[in-house]
Amino acid sequence: MKKYLLDLKVADNVRLHPNYCLLKLTSEETLPEMIPGQFVEVRVDGSSSTFLRRPISVNYVDKDRNELWLLVQLIGDGTRRMAEYRQGDTMNVVLPLGNGFTIPDSDQEEKNLLLVGGGVGTAPMLFLGAVLKSKGFHPIFLLGGRTKNDVLQLDDFAKFGDVCITTEDGSLGEKGFVTNHSILNTKLFDTIYTCGPKPMMVAVAKYAAGKDISCEVSLENTMACGFGACLCCVENTVEGHVCVCTEGPVFNTRKLKWQI
Amino acid sequence: MANLNVNIGNLQLKNPVMTASGTFGYGIEFADFVDLTQIGGIFVKGTTIEHREGNPYPRMAETPAGMLNAVGLQNKGADYFANNIYPNIKDIDTHMIVNVSGSTVETYVECAEKIAALDKIPAIELNISCPNVKHGGMAFGVTCAGAAEVVRAVRKVYPKTLIVKLSPNVTDVTEIARAVEAEGADAVSLINTLLGMAIDAEKRKPILSTVTGGLSGPCVKPIALRMVWQTYNAVKIPIIGLGGISNWKDAVEFMLAGSSAIQIGTYNFVDPAISVKTVEGINDYLVKHGFKSVTEIIGALEV
Repeated sequence: MKKYLLDLKVADNVRLHPNYCLLKLTSEETLPEMIPGQFVEVRVDGSSSTFLRRPISVNYVDKDRNELWLLVQLIGDGTRRMAEYRQGDTMNVVLPLGNGFTIPDSDQEEKNLLLVGGGVGTAPMLFLGAVLKSKGFHPIFLLGGRTKNDVLQLDDFAKFGDVCITTEDGSLGEKGFVTNHSILNTKLFDTIYTCGPKPMMVAVAKYAAGKDISCEVSLENTMACGFGACLCCVENTVEGHVCVCTEGPVFNTRKLKWQI
Repeated sequence: MANLNVNIGNLQLKNPVMTASGTFGYGIEFADFVDLTQIGGIFVKGTTIEHREGNPYPRMAETPAGMLNAVGLQNKGADYFANNIYPNIKDIDTHMIVNVSGSTVETYVECAEKIAALDKIPAIELNISCPNVKHGGMAFGVTCAGAAEVVRAVRKVYPKTLIVKLSPNVTDVTEIARAVEAEGADAVSLINTLLGMAIDAEKRKPILSTVTGGLSGPCVKPIALRMVWQTYNAVKIPIIGLGGISNWKDAVEFMLAGSSAIQIGTYNFVDPAISVKTVEGINDYLVKHGFKSVTEIIGALEV
């Protein structure tokens, strides 16, 4: 896919949570095509300690409003600065980057698809679910957080599929981790897509491997460029070291050398 | 429009702006962002005779105004380059220059011979300064004898333009520059990365898998400028200056300090279009100050 270097306009920046903001970016031109699982590299202006761009996964693309949504977890100076962008500000973005999740052929719409997200890893699941629903699938979301306040965008997820939730304190949904949720014992899935903290993804991959379910994970290795030039973000795979930014960020777990 | 042509040995460049090895892939990675033919030259990823997987992840740490890397010369080897990559880049209308690395004098020579056979590669950059490999690399570049030995051996088999990339991790860079000039190098490029380190205080662990890595970005610019200026006053062969260049003004400073041409490295990650913007910026500077040719500013620092 052709990559673009664009100045986008901030349409809205909503603080969904003390540690998360939802940036909605737009442009006078039609935004480039993006597919679920891809990411963008954002240049953060006005943060002296932030040198490199920040890779952020595509949370959602609202074609009607020509908006790209980025769910940003405020971790360091760069992402905290991103939370300060206001409507009308300009943000320089490289996009779209990376591959995407595998979308099954649309004649397979009976397939049971589970989308598992934890923390900021729920971000790409919204766009993935939206695209799956638009193609006739009935995705099930399984979202995890520490408390009920940490499970974000629930109204948006509900538009595209059934939503299952786990929280570590039991304040919303079932108590525990995503891999403890009862849906995993009551329904057999054909494909699982997951993104979140590595221990969570490894646990999901283990569950999938145990039931011989195809499993795709989205990785977030630290990277500099985002398009295959610096070779910093490599993951060890059956094909050796490959760049997460170009060969991923989505990998079938069969390709990875994880201990599962 | 000023005349932007410069020469590096027998190599004629349409302008002095090139891109540094390891920061610009094989050029094609940037084709969506810039017109590659507007760049003076592209130094492609470090190439070794053998396929190398590089160092384990993590390989990168962001630092104030820069970054550390410990990639470790990951590449698929000279044969793969010749058979699979060269055909896709050979007709790009700019100079494609291969950065050649090795672990012994013999592997440097073997790799240089392989690349010499490729018609459309007019020059190599001999990398005797990579800080991220255990054998070879910087080991050759930190002593005059080691640098001289590898350049002497490669010079015998490589008839085209031979550029030697110098390490800043030495007591006196001018001694190394003189040593490679004496062995017939056509030009030197400097600086490669500075050996550095980053620590995660919370985990009490190093951030890089290799503990130490190579520092690059704007934070190294003053050191690079100083070394270029010292080297300009020590050797007669042309200098290609690099180290933290992130705009046309930095590029002009490197040329005033004595660089005949410059390379943009790490900043390609921040602004993938910076190379062509720098060409335009240099031209505007020359016009504004009444210079007809960019060669007029090479070493024009008034001390």
